[in-house]
Amino acid sequence: MNPQSPLSRARRRLKHDRAALFGIVVLLLLALGAGLAPFLAPDPETLDLSAIYAAPSMDHWLGADELGRDVLARLLNGARVSLAVAAATALLAALIGTSLGLLAGYYGGRLDAALMRITDGVMALPLLPLLIVLAAIDPSKLGIAPETLGSEDFAIGRIVLIIGLVGWTTVARLVRAQTLSIKARDYVRAATAIGAGPGRIMRRHILPNVASPIVVATTLSIGNIILIESALSFLGLGIRPPLASWGNMLTGAMNVVWSAPEQALWPGLAIFLTVLAFNLVGDGLQRALDPRGEEG
Amino acid sequence: MTHHIASRTLQSLAVLLVMSFVVYGLIGLMPGDPIDLMIASDPHLTGADAVRLKALYGLDKPWTERYLRWLMQVLQGELGYSRLYARPVLDAMLPALANTALLMLGALTLALVVAIPLGIAAALRPGSAFDHGVNLVAFASVSLPTFWLGLMLIVVFAVHLGWLPASGMEEVTGGGGLADRLRHMILPVLTLGLAGMGQYIRHMRAAMLGEAHHDYVRTARAKGCGPARVVLVHQLRNALIPVTTILALEVGGLFSGALITETVFAWPGMGRLIYEAVMGNDFNLALVGLLLATAMTLLGSILADLAYAALDRRVSYK
Repeated sequence: MNPQSPLSRARRRLKHDRAALFGIVVLLLLALGAGLAPFLAPDPETLDLSAIYAAPSMDHWLGADELGRDVLARLLNGARVSLAVAAATALLAALIGTSLGLLAGYYGGRLDAALMRITDGVMALPLLPLLIVLAAIDPSKLGIAPETLGSEDFAIGRIVLIIGLVGWTTVARLVRAQTLSIKARDYVRAATAIGAGPGRIMRRHILPNVASPIVVATTLSIGNIILIESALSFLGLGIRPPLASWGNMLTGAMNVVWSAPEQALWPGLAIFLTVLAFNLVGDGLQRALDPRGEEG
Repeated sequence: MTHHIASRTLQSLAVLLVMSFVVYGLIGLMPGDPIDLMIASDPHLTGADAVRLKALYGLDKPWTERYLRWLMQVLQGELGYSRLYARPVLDAMLPALANTALLMLGALTLALVVAIPLGIAAALRPGSAFDHGVNLVAFASVSLPTFWLGLMLIVVFAVHLGWLPASGMEEVTGGGGLADRLRHMILPVLTLGLAGMGQYIRHMRAAMLGEAHHDYVRTARAKGCGPARVVLVHQLRNALIPVTTILALEVGGLFSGALITETVFAWPGMGRLIYEAVMGNDFNLALVGLLLATAMTLLGSILADLAYAALDRRVSYK
């Protein structure tokens, strides 16, 4: 690869960004732990009544919770859930945001005005109360079959949909702004002149050039999505027990904060470190991909 | 300017109207039903009473019709009755608003008092070890889940040390004095302040760096201003403009932003009120609470525009 290409420049800059490297290491370890959870740790739903609030030991490295379940096993399984939710939500939000941003920027006019008013409206909403209302809806009143309601996939899909529906605005605005500037460039006009349709121009000529802001915004959004998902789960509205998530582990911990205060430590630390890692990596990527950034 | 504000206000009213329609529809999809709840709590009521009650409250009508009726009442200032608090919605809401305002005022003060000096100091030596340290603090702050930070503070200061109360606004017995109130405020304010300061540090630092290369800074130096005066008088005044704008935006989030912290510390504020109203099928209270929160956010963004125009003479809205 040409040593001056944007990607290799970005890689070179990232290598010198210690904060971003720290974030990458944390995320790799987390992915490893989550991926190997079934082999590393015992079943997170096994109750062991002799081990209630057990202190850390060889059997339970981080101790056990109020039902004698292994804390480490629940943490690692919670990581699988939280990361899966975050990744799927970020993808969904990026997809919606990119599509709307491309359409608004490319076609302009009334469509642009309408889409941007909607974006402004969604951005102005009080996020958390609204998410609580959305998460508290009884899906059976929407005519969804009871057997679907109980499944894990439905629980995860539901939270992904709820957060994704309000999380696309930043990407939409970024993509729209970039599209506006790119569509006026000569190569786009040349492509139009030789007969390329709007679909082809958006896909082949505009999308590749807005990719890096999308990547940065999406990475930075993952941290927030994890915070929101765990907050909803903490309030009992996101991922519900027995399925473990970092948020709902803290609900249990809050109920026993006077009798077993140490229960609150690990799930929150996991959320904090993961969010911090995503934010540091996103920030590093932003600086590394910035074409105007200083050499380094 | 006037035109701009007028059109922003109209737009905000439109958003509010759409929001009220959507939220009204969503609330109808909550689990449970107010009439069923009444029946469950009173054994003397029968199925026939339920039908009669539904007709009485208009619940047998389609929801769009009920929405229009509700909207007309609200526009006439009739906000309805809170089922959960057994009093008019406004009476239930006003104390909560005051409690939240108190909490947010404390948290905002704490956040700014730490963030502004840190942001300035970091911007004075960009790329230094100190700058990197401040940057990490800012990132740590924005990455903190408030519910966990709150729990950790409770564990340390209430459970282990026993210095501070873990919940509520005052002691159940013998409380209520100013000192008692303040003691109850410390942990929630600390939680919100610590988690909120990160974004201000980042904005402050970026704004100071953005000003550093302007001609007026060079002019000030050239005419013999000391470095402290250049930074604290000339640069800071301009750098505070974007920070003030962010602050005005925050005012909007004021009334629902503390929802989680209020829940953790059982602080009887607006966020907790909305949460309990939604969870407890208190439709009137939930609706008005959500709409008020939305209105505040919209107002915040108009305030931000106004503040920007008032502070920066170069900005003018058509």
